[in-house]
Amino acid sequence: MQENIVLTEATYYILLALYNPQHGYGIMQEVEKMSNGRVRLAAGTLYGVLSSMVDKGWIEHLPIDPGSRKKNYQITNLGLQVLEDEVERLRELVTNGDKVLGGK
Amino acid sequence: MAERKTIYKLWLVWDYDKEEKWLNEMARQGWVLVSVGFLRFTFERCEPEEYIIRTEMRIADDDYISFMEETGAEYIGRCFQWIYFRRRSELGAFDIMSDLDSKHDHLSRIYKMLIAIGMLNLFIGILNSLNLGRFGWFNLICSTLIMYGAGRIKGRIDYLENERMLRE
Repeated sequence: MQENIVLTEATYYILLALYNPQHGYGIMQEVEKMSNGRVRLAAGTLYGVLSSMVDKGWIEHLPIDPGSRKKNYQITNLGLQVLEDEVERLRELVTNGDKVLGGK
Repeated sequence: MAERKTIYKLWLVWDYDKEEKWLNEMARQGWVLVSVGFLRFTFERCEPEEYIIRTEMRIADDDYISFMEETGAEYIGRCFQWIYFRRRSELGAFDIMSDLDSKHDHLSRIYKMLIAIGMLNLFIGILNSLNLGRFGWFNLICSTLIMYGAGRIKGRIDYLENERMLRE
């Protein structure tokens, strides 16, 4: 990757939640569950991040099921790459933090 | 049908958070917003604290509104570009924006709108004054007031930008 991308917390968790196909409200619930209730995405914020990520090709819409109005999203290979790079970067942050602060 | 009442009230755009607070205070007292219009707010009797109200400036399309509804929010209506949502308190905390970036985007939208309307009024005001039109002064006063509002919003944008240098 030519550019060092630093994801926001919202972007990071939404990408994680989209490892499996999920609709908007499902993403909010999944992220809240993963973070033990710490990260609560507001719907407007989520909507904005989803639109930007679709534009960037990190996630994609799935065909809408007949009989359901809910739009499902899923991570793409490009999104997966971005996510893996971010996990690598976060690991470096934590390792260095532990080194300086003594770690546990 | 539940008891209704209508209140006419003027809110300045840059006091939108005070307006939202007032709507939530009404809901806390058992009056939930059911429709909005120019200076007009119609409420219906509900259980006290049954609803949380949130407002936002956005050129919202159906896609956005149905996305919000999917998350349990109910679309109440709009007045110009202000949209009003409510959600049952039992569903938990309700917010439209949860990070600095989206709050910053929101303020920028308000700021741009105020600047556009303010400039338009300034332009019409000057034109009318040059042509000895009668109401040029009115546009000039409007323009001054709107520009003052834009300044208030700009202050908040600057604050968020400072914060964003340190955190999300």
